[in-house]
Amino acid sequence: MARFRIGRHLRSRIHLVWMVVSLMIILLLPFILGIGLYVKSILLLEEKSLWELLFSSDWRPLSGNFGFLSFAISSLWVTALSLLIAGPICLLTAIHLTHYAKKWVLQIMHPVIDILAGIPSVIFGVWGILVIVPFISRYVAPIFGIETSGYTILTGSIVLAVMIIPFILNIMIDVFKMIPDELKEASLSLGASKWQTIKLVVIRKAFPGIISAFGLGISRAFGETIAVLMVVGNVAKIPTGVFQAGYPLPALIANNYGEMLSIPMYDSALMLAALILFCVVLIFNFLSRILIMRSEKITN
Amino acid sequence: MEKGVKILVRDLNLHFGKNHVLKNVNVTIPEKKITVILGPSGCGKTTLMKTMNRLTDIYPDVKVSGNIFINDEDILNTQQDITILRQKMGLLSQRPYPLPMNIYNNVAYGLRISGRRKKRYLDKRIEHYLTMANLWDEVKDRLKESASRLSIGQQQRLCLARGLAVDPEIILADEPTSALDPISSQAIEEKFVELKKNYTIVLVTHILRQAKRIADHVVFMYLGEVIEQGPADQIFNHPRKRSQNRILKDCSISILHFAFCILQ
Amino acid sequence: MRKHKYIEEKFFRVLMFFSTTLIVMVLLLIIFSILYKGLPSLSWEMISQTPKGGFYFGKEGGVLNAIIGSLYLSIGATLLAFVIGLPVALFMNVYLVKFKKTVNTIRFFLDLLWGIPSIVYGAFGFTIMIYLGLKTSLLAGIITVTLFIIPIMVRAMDEVLKTVPFGLLETSLSLGSTRSETAYKVFLKQASPGLVTAVLLSFGRAIGDAASVLFTTGYTDHIPTSLTQPTATLPLSIFFQLSSPIEEVQNRAFASAVILTVIILIISILARLYSRKYQKHKINF
Repeated sequence: MARFRIGRHLRSRIHLVWMVVSLMIILLLPFILGIGLYVKSILLLEEKSLWELLFSSDWRPLSGNFGFLSFAISSLWVTALSLLIAGPICLLTAIHLTHYAKKWVLQIMHPVIDILAGIPSVIFGVWGILVIVPFISRYVAPIFGIETSGYTILTGSIVLAVMIIPFILNIMIDVFKMIPDELKEASLSLGASKWQTIKLVVIRKAFPGIISAFGLGISRAFGETIAVLMVVGNVAKIPTGVFQAGYPLPALIANNYGEMLSIPMYDSALMLAALILFCVVLIFNFLSRILIMRSEKITN
Repeated sequence: MEKGVKILVRDLNLHFGKNHVLKNVNVTIPEKKITVILGPSGCGKTTLMKTMNRLTDIYPDVKVSGNIFINDEDILNTQQDITILRQKMGLLSQRPYPLPMNIYNNVAYGLRISGRRKKRYLDKRIEHYLTMANLWDEVKDRLKESASRLSIGQQQRLCLARGLAVDPEIILADEPTSALDPISSQAIEEKFVELKKNYTIVLVTHILRQAKRIADHVVFMYLGEVIEQGPADQIFNHPRKRSQNRILKDCSISILHFAFCILQ
Repeated sequence: MRKHKYIEEKFFRVLMFFSTTLIVMVLLLIIFSILYKGLPSLSWEMISQTPKGGFYFGKEGGVLNAIIGSLYLSIGATLLAFVIGLPVALFMNVYLVKFKKTVNTIRFFLDLLWGIPSIVYGAFGFTIMIYLGLKTSLLAGIITVTLFIIPIMVRAMDEVLKTVPFGLLETSLSLGSTRSETAYKVFLKQASPGLVTAVLLSFGRAIGDAASVLFTTGYTDHIPTSLTQPTATLPLSIFFQLSSPIEEVQNRAFASAVILTVIILIISILARLYSRKYQKHKINF
């Protein structure tokens, strides 16, 4: 009996040790990620300052010029535009689903959102090539009198918008669900219509949550790679309109990994791009999550 | 420790965050009797019971001080293995929590974790404990079914059998009948009266009539304090003469008694 | 004024309805266009053969190399993530229940990790590979994808384990179980339907992601026979073959897209069925 006890508790000990070790692995992961990328990119940063690199559009790896400006601006364009498309759609749909929709609509929408969220980004890319690219080049661009191949910033943004919709929508639905019914009832009892209540009370109360849902959407859009890469055109030039090709940061990294070891400093430049991506996404994520937690605390 | 005393709680204080939940609690629980801890909800009686089992270990922001002696062992300040201590006490909670396995394994669980795995032995013990909990006849043909398929009254009796199977000396029961229908409640109560021959039973309840029916010994709690304790007969029928400085407390007791009587 | 109030609500309700329908339509359009383009080129040859004459130029053969490679990669990564992720999720919900703040901090951390783009993991994996002197291989891919899906898996499992009633923890402990017995014998079983869903979700992420394996697994025409060989994956087989000028090769990409979509849909449906299925040990309140 006594011997058995030792065995049992030894097993518990081993389990506990493995749990703690696993937890440590996970908690250290972001730091290792950051440090790993930093160590690689420091080579380039020792030669040129971050500002120099970020505000130069001179991208000639062969002569050692690594200006990120056109890529950064492409990333900003694509991200902002996709949020501009996805944002209103998500907001309207979230209000619809939480306040107006009948049960059967919800029963359809839940799997739809789940499946949309689960579709791999490369499939979105294929869809973009099959549908959005010809749509832009044949129907949309001619309206503005522009001739284009269809591989444009706008194309990338539309594909990206579809990809971040399920993501933003899920968070927004949660945000709206958290608003206490008493608050709505109070507004209704004062004679406001349902729409007025939503407009004046619900949206105002949910505002921090909505903003953070957008923030998380931004960070998701900013780092999305393959789908955007497939439809955005990839020309290293500062874009000046939505019907021009762009070349966002993730696409830059993904497209050039093949050559990066054969050109000096190229790998360092690409790792710096990854590091910038990492930092931007982390900051957006961090701020949005903090905002969500704050607003949860207030409503509870 | 005096003879015939099973659990002795001395100067027990428990803080839950900023709340002082148990205030200088001193309780004596006699061996092989039914002790009922009585009081309105939120008076700390469940907490007191969970402290005896050291289940308070898993609650956030809990601070405990004082002593709880069980068989002369101070369980709050012991080096002994807590899992062995807990096996000395079977817990029956407000609503039954069947383990996520079949009926047979629910009862076998406690036996298995303490190292008894022989099939023949287990079969025999399981029949024994299920019979003890008056459940054997109802479930003997469906032992491989998930325990959550049983009715809630059956589940509670299963939990009793499961608790008995770890061979405890004490049964801690936290309002075990509150989720049950009257017939199942009565079955449990009758079982307790039968079990007190071999076990020390601590029952937490807010139902005065239940206390009157089965208690041998009563602990009366109010707002985290023990207001009165003693043999049931004395508490219910011959209230002791009280000293002057306890008048205030007595008042509250009589109000409580009054409230209880109206509620029942 | 009254009328204005009414018209505004009407207007927005139409708009809301429109945007909800739009989302459904887009999903249908995606699935339809992938099937429309890919089904004609999907044949038995496509899923039973490796490409002949090189994946980029050869007109014959199929994408078996990518199907098998993807399965190897995502099953490996899911298993590895499970071995690390499950203990963490259990640890948070069985051992750390007393420390709410710590658990919430860990959750916050995991949420942050969840948001890191897979290309960053890919780039990081590549740096490590170079540092260790490894070549692109199945193993490197598995490790990178594991890092990428661990936060997803742990967080999904955590959400499931959170719903296990506190009373069950007390019950298990009061029977004299140790914490690890409580975790692996009681919590694991109680939450198993949800945990399976969490694993399926992570598997779906693993099989669908391209950016993290781009650098680390490489691409090949052959089915890998060891962990140190480069490996083809479905997302990359779509990505690479689509850029080929040869139509037959492009068709292989579209067929791969159908295969990948079908796999994802099956996983999605399985997960849904499994979590909805009658839960054997559900505790009723």
